[in-house]
This record gives sequence, C-alpha cells and structure tokens, in this order.
Amino acid sequence: MGYHSVVCVKQVPDTSNISGEAMKPDGTVNRAALAAIFNPEDLHALEAALDIRDAYGGTVTVLSMGPLGAAEVLRECLYRGADRAVLVTDRRAAASDTLATSYILAQAVRKLKDYDFVFCGRQAIDGDTAQVGPQMAEKLGIAQVTYFEKLVELDGRTVRVRRNVGNGWEILEGRLPLLLTVLDTANEPRPASARRVMQRKRSRAVDELRKEIAAAMPGASEDERENAFADGVEKLKMAGQLIEQWNLDDIAADLQWCGLAGSPTKVHRVQSIVLTKEGFTEVPPTEDAIRTMIHELIVDHTLG
Amino acid sequence: MGNFFTDNDDLVFLFDFLDLAEVATAQEDNFKQQDGSGDGYAPIDAADAIDNYRRILTIVGDVAANRIAPRAEKVDHEGNTLNDDGTVTLGEGVRENINSLAQADLMGFTLPREYGGLNCPNLIYTMAVEMVSRADASLMNIFGLQGIAETINAFADDGIKGEYLPRFSRGEVTGAMVLTEPDAGSDLQAVSLRAWQDDDGQWRLNGVKRFITNGCGEVLLTLARSEPDIRDGRGLSLFLVDRGPRIKVRHLEEKLGIHGSPTCELVYDDAPAKLIGERQLGLIRYVMSLMNGARVGIAGQSLGIAEAAYRVARNYAAKRKQFGVAIEQLPAVAEMVVDMKVAIEAGRALTYETCRICDLENNNLRVLETAPPTDKDEAKERKQLARSLKRLNGMLTPMSKYYCSEMCVRVANDAVQVLGGSGYMSDYPVERYLRDARITTIYEGTSQLQVVAAVRGVCSDAFTKYVEAFEADQYTDDALAKLHTQLVECKQQLAEAVDAVRAEGGNYMDLSGRRLVDAAAVVIIGHLLLRQAKVNERKRAVAERFITTGALAVQRDVARVKSGDKSVMTNYALLAGPVCAGA
Ligand SMILES: Cc1cc2nc3c(=O)[nH]c(=O)nc-3n(C[C@H](O)[C@H](O)[C@H](O)COP(=O)(O)OP(=O)(O)OC[C@H]3O[C@@H](n4cnc5c(N)ncnc54)[C@H](O)[C@@H]3O)c2cc1C
Repeated sequence: MGYHSVVCVKQVPDTSNISGEAMKPDGTVNRAALAAIFNPEDLHALEAALDIRDAYGGTVTVLSMGPLGAAEVLRECLYRGADRAVLVTDRRAAASDTLATSYILAQAVRKLKDYDFVFCGRQAIDGDTAQVGPQMAEKLGIAQVTYFEKLVELDGRTVRVRRNVGNGWEILEGRLPLLLTVLDTANEPRPASARRVMQRKRSRAVDELRKEIAAAMPGASEDERENAFADGVEKLKMAGQLIEQWNLDDIAADLQWCGLAGSPTKVHRVQSIVLTKEGFTEVPPTEDAIRTMIHELIVDHTLG
Repeated sequence: MGNFFTDNDDLVFLFDFLDLAEVATAQEDNFKQQDGSGDGYAPIDAADAIDNYRRILTIVGDVAANRIAPRAEKVDHEGNTLNDDGTVTLGEGVRENINSLAQADLMGFTLPREYGGLNCPNLIYTMAVEMVSRADASLMNIFGLQGIAETINAFADDGIKGEYLPRFSRGEVTGAMVLTEPDAGSDLQAVSLRAWQDDDGQWRLNGVKRFITNGCGEVLLTLARSEPDIRDGRGLSLFLVDRGPRIKVRHLEEKLGIHGSPTCELVYDDAPAKLIGERQLGLIRYVMSLMNGARVGIAGQSLGIAEAAYRVARNYAAKRKQFGVAIEQLPAVAEMVVDMKVAIEAGRALTYETCRICDLENNNLRVLETAPPTDKDEAKERKQLARSLKRLNGMLTPMSKYYCSEMCVRVANDAVQVLGGSGYMSDYPVERYLRDARITTIYEGTSQLQVVAAVRGVCSDAFTKYVEAFEADQYTDDALAKLHTQLVECKQQLAEAVDAVRAEGGNYMDLSGRRLVDAAAVVIIGHLLLRQAKVNERKRAVAERFITTGALAVQRDVARVKSGDKSVMTNYALLAGPVCAGA
C-alpha cells in the first residue's frame, strides 16, 4: 500500500555565505572554501515526499550523488523521517555536468525499481541550472512537472498537482510514475526530529566506516583493520544503520555517459557581474512609450 | 539560518563548562540501557549522552530561530479566541509553533524513553526553555508546561502513565496546571474546588478556577479539596481531568503580555476526574514538586526574554548616533548595556547550577523510589544526600526564579530605555519583551513568595555549607584571589545581618527577606562566576564587574537590615495615606 517516493538531494557549497575564494581560476566552485550544506530546495522536495508518505503510507528513499561527505545530507534526511538512504559515489563520476549527473541518478533510480514519485528540488544553489530533474525524467521515460507547489489530488495512479508558472499557476493531471521538481514555496520543511537524530546519528556509508576505522586504528595491520571493518559493517547492518553505497558498476552505468567523458558542457568564461542601479526611467503605460522602451532595449542588446 | 543555541556564546560556554557527564550518568542510571542502535536511542556512555544533548539543543536553536521567532509578532497581535461553546481556538501562529515543536519531537523532553520521551535532564530542558522564550516568551507557557507530564510520570499509577505520557511525547496533547482560584492565589491552602465521589466511586470536580495558562489544553492537572473537613493544605488532592463537555472556559483573560498564551477561567461542572497518587498529598507533595520544576522553568523563560531584549539594545546602541557618536560611547548608555549583559550571565550561572543540582536530586530520589540500594551504606548515603539536596534546592530554586525574573524585567525595561522613543514604539520588539517580561515575577509564585521560600535557606546552614565549598576554592591569580576574599567578606556581613534580624524578631524577617536573599545571591553567583573566570578570559571581566558592584549592594542591604527600620509596619497608615476614594 501507499506510494514509494525517491528524493534526489545534493550537498552544496553554501553560496549564500560566501567567504574566501569561492571560485577557482578555472571557473569551477572551490568547495573547500565554502561550508557544505543541504541544498535548500531539496529540503522542500523531501518534505513533499514525506507529506505523501504520512498521508497515504509508503516509503521515502533518498538518493544523493556526490563525494563521501554527501552522506551527511542523507543523514539529515534520515533525521527528518526518510526510510532509506542511498549514496552514489564514484571517482569516475567526478566532473559530471547536468547531463551526466541526470544519467547517473536515473540509473540509480532504475535500480531502485518500484517507485511512484521522483522528487527533486527545483535547482541547486551551486549551479542554478534546474536541469537535472527534467533530464532525469527524460532518461527514465516518465512524465514530469516542474515548479511543483501543491498536491491537489492523488487517487490511485492519477495525480493532480499545481505548478507555479511565475505570474500564476496551472493544475496538471498525470499518471504515475511522475517526476516533480519542487519550489521552496511548496511547504515548510519539517525540522530534524530529536529522537530520530539519536536513533540515526550512527548511520554510515561503508567508506565512511572504513575511514573512521583507519583513523581510530593508526598502528593496526591491514588484517586487523579489515576485521574491524567487517565487524563494523555487520553491526551497522544489524542495527539498520547502513547507508547504502553504490558505485557506477552497481547501477550498471555506461562510463561513456559519466564524469568528464559524459559531460558536453564546457565552462567558457566566468564573469563576476555586480549589478548596480543608476537612476531610473519612468515609462508611462501607453503604446508609444512602451514601443520606444522596447526599441531602446533592443538597441542596447538587453533584449534580442 | 540562525540558531539560538550556537549563536549564544554564553549558553555554549556553560554547556561545555558544567559537569554534564555527572548529570548524564545520574540521568541514565550509569548507562544501564545501552542500546544505541536501531530504534533504541539510549546513550552508551557520558560522551554519547552529551553529544545527544548538544544535537538536541541545536535542533531547538534551529526551530526557535527559524520558525518560532519569525512568528512572534503575529502571535502577539493575534492572540487566541474564546468560542461560544466554552472552547478556545488557538491563534494560527501558536498552532504552527506547537506543530513545529512536535515535529522536532521536543514535547516529551524529559520523559523516559519508554513513553517516547527524550529522557533529557532538567538542565538541558531549561536551556531549551530559554531558547524558546527568546523566540517567543508566550510559547514557553506551552512548551514549558512539560512539568505536567513529569508530575504524572513521578506520581501517577502505571495505567495513567501508559495512557497519557506517550500522547504528551507525540505532541498530541498539552496540559495545564490548575491551581489558582479567585480566593486562592499565593495562598494555595485556601483552594476550595470540590472533589467528591459518586455512587460508582468516580471522582468528580465542581467549582471555578482562574488564571489558568492553557486551561483549554487536553489534560488538566487540578488541585481540589477532597477532604471537606480538613481546611488546610492537607485536605487537597491532585486530579487528572480530561477536557470534556463538563469543563468550560468561561473567560479568556486580556493581558499586558504573553498574548500567545491563553489564560483561562474554568468552570468544572461535576467533571469526571482521576486521582493522582494518594489523597491528601496533592498540595504538600505533588504540587510542591510540580512548582519547583516550574519555577526553574520561569527562570529559563526570564533568561530568554532578557537575552532577546539585550541583543536588540546592544545592536541599537552600536548603530544609533547622537551628538556625533554611537550612543554606546556615552557612559550612561554603556553602563545600561553592560549591566544587562552581566546580569544575564549572572542569572544563567545561578539557574543552570540550580538545574544541575535539581537533576542530581531528582535522579537520586528516583533511584531511592524505584530501585532502592540493597547495600546499607549506600542506602544511607543516598538518603542523606536526598535530604541535603532537598534543602539546597529549597533555597536555590526560588532564588533563581526570583533573581532571573526581576533581572529580566529590569533588562527589558533598560532595553526600551536604550532605544529611547523607538523602544516605546511597536516597530521594535523591545516593547513586547517588556510586556512579556512583566509576568515572570508574578506567576508560579510572586517574587515576594520566592523570597519567603528562599530566605529560610539563606538563614540556615543550607546556605553556609553550600558556600563553604566555594570558599575552599584556591585562586592563585591575584585579581581573582582578591575577588574571592571580597565574597568571603560579603558572607560575613550577611551573617551579621541575619543575626540582627533574628535579634529583632517579630515580622522583621518578612520585612528584610528580600535584602537577605539579594545579598546571598551576590555571594553565590559571585563564586560561580569566579569559577568560570578560572577557565575563560572574558569571564574574568564579568566576574570582576559583578562582584565589585555586588559587594557594594551587599554593604547597603546589610546596613539597611541592621538599621532596624520598621516604619512601614509601625507607621503604615500615616506613610501609606488613607485608602483612596475613587480608585
Ligand atoms: C498570566 C498568568 C498565568 C497564570 N497561570 C497560572 C496557571 O497556569 N495555573 C495556576 O494555577 N495559576 C496561574 N496563575 C496564577 C498565579 O500563579 C497567581 O496570580 C499568583 O500566584 C499570585 O496570586 P494572586 O494573583 O491571587 O495574587 P495575591 O496572592 O493576591 O498577591 C497579591 C500581592 O500580595 C503579595 N503577597 C501575597 N502573599 C504574600 C506573602 N505571604 N508574603 C508577601 N507577599 C505576599 C504578592 O506577592 C502580591 O504582590 C497565572 C497568573 C497569570 C497572571
């Protein structure tokens, strides 16, 4: 019974609190200089999925692709009530652009099999492309609704949702499975639950465990560490505290679509633009005045 | 994303400074449960427990800063609504707030895990109360009423506990402590609401209660007279009453502040009730215990309001320019700001020390009641400990409530002053803080009543023994050693004042109580701040400022006590003038 949702979440540099050198000379984000946070709109995506589970039953699985550190946002999801967490991490996935990322995530969702909803945040604050969700839907061959704001009706396999179109909204009806990208106006994400934090704070992905053991047993032999590791994994499993960790092979990804090889996007140039305000022109609401304004905008290349 | 825990250096400092390992070990029975896996969440050791506490407080700080605080102004304007059928509809903001707290699983803060609670010590809970109050003082009245569930946990039978406590933890129900009546305010022995048993043995309550915070809640812990022939406190029992058709809210008070907190007049029309614990122990045992916890809660609430007010004033003083300078450069303003900050830190030192000792006391009592030690010596030791902690808390709890509530009224008042005309306007929140602050010296026992309770300890060896331990502290640092000596002298002066009061006899003790308690508070807080100064550079300045000004206040108070002036009693009619016509 109920509906099974997959929520894609991303750990991002906190671009709203920029400190130090936020950009590298090559135009990519210098992650080391910025605190890593939960991509804000993904919290709203998670909330939308949790809402559906709370109302209709089912499960919420959270999925993140990223470096090992991204396990932290998965724990944050567990603290808020997610049932299952999957981390896709693989060196060969580094430097993936939106096309490669959506391919990898789509492969992971395929592996999860039975799903009714895929939720994504509208966009991530580090790239602001808003492309990954829509591209995933294409790759999965399912319908998508972007700018999701409200679930209007859910009845069997038919769903009606309201999407924000900027200057208004429209209500769309679709069949499951469906991919939705969620706006921050959709809901108020729930806070972490104190009890679940205590229950889930020990959740680890296997490589996190491996690292912790290496740090805790500096003088130990390879064998000792391996034993401790096997023990640890067993314990995590028994306690239901294992964050599943998949690599590209696990999700049967074709490497030519992943990482740098699968990323046609090239950053051509990065410009730092500071918008300044220099006076204003008042345009009276007449046909003529507006025509003149548009003409001026075309001349100075703001339009066109 | 703000956070009222991590942005508060003093709170974080205290979290690290206080011996939480000792508190956690007592709270967790030496970590017997040990199931830190799967869905169990008992900590495995002290470090694990403290890690949990830190994480929980960080969640509270998040909820307080990002959800509750932004709604506070709306809650203040909106208030709550009384419906024709005697029910109350909480304002939208209040409901959203309760929902946020429930979502974060914070409504069973101190309850045992078996009932879905977090099993946090009072110390951590009070820190949470402080943060919630900083965001919205009126919400503390609902968040801070968890003592009701605690009282059920401590004194009700297993059936009642199993039925009600999980619902509290899930945030499905909230409670009220229903004590006050029109003719029974400070004097709760005068409670007259009638409890009687019908033919089926069902208890029923009949009468009127007033000024009841959250009286529209689902679970009403009600003090009632079950023994009509016994006129004093021993005729009172405590009952649990479910909200139902036989209870009506007759009136919702219009108040100066804490508008989000519904204050109800309740009419009981033979409402069915469940007896909590034993008959006749209602006031003398259960309500006393409930009130002790609640008083520490009000100290926390006061700290939160004061913190909020101070922050606005601090920033305003830095920005506002008059006479060509930021007003904080004007000595009179600088002094107000500094006094606020030092007073808040002083109140925190006292309150969290009190909490720490309350936790040790409560946990010791729990062991004695649920698993009394078989070893004779240990049993004896624990009983002795129970007695001494009870006496100590009998002094520290009312002292904290009194000190912090008076402090917060002063701080909120000064915050308005620092902002000048802007402070008086509703564009800034400080006028709300002042209105909210004003309740803290009144409910859960007025300041006067706290003084009555605290002064007993101050005049006994509860105070002297407690302070002796501080006096044994060694300070190698000259400046700190000097301050330490000053405190020792203060205590000697206070002892002289106590002797003078005793010699005077009559009701001179009642007249001098406040001054004695004030002086004792300086001594205790002074020592606490000195200990903090040992490990923290900034706290040296705080301790010095507090002790230097405090010692002068002690001198003045002692001199007044020694003066023997009783004119307010002997010459009352003349000095107070006649009862006023037309008032
Ligand atoms: C907003 C609000 C919420 C409240 N919530 C609750 C609640 O949830 N549950 C509940 O049961 N009650 C509640 N109360 C009641 C509150 O606890 C009482 O108002 C308080 O105890 C004082 O009682 P009183 O108002 O009758 O004042 P009184 O007892 O009439 O006191 C009047 C004055 O006399 C002084 N005085 C009285 N006796 C002494 C004494 N022995 N020595 C020195 N001075 C004395 C007092 O300090 C005060 O200054 C609430 C009150 C308010 C205003």
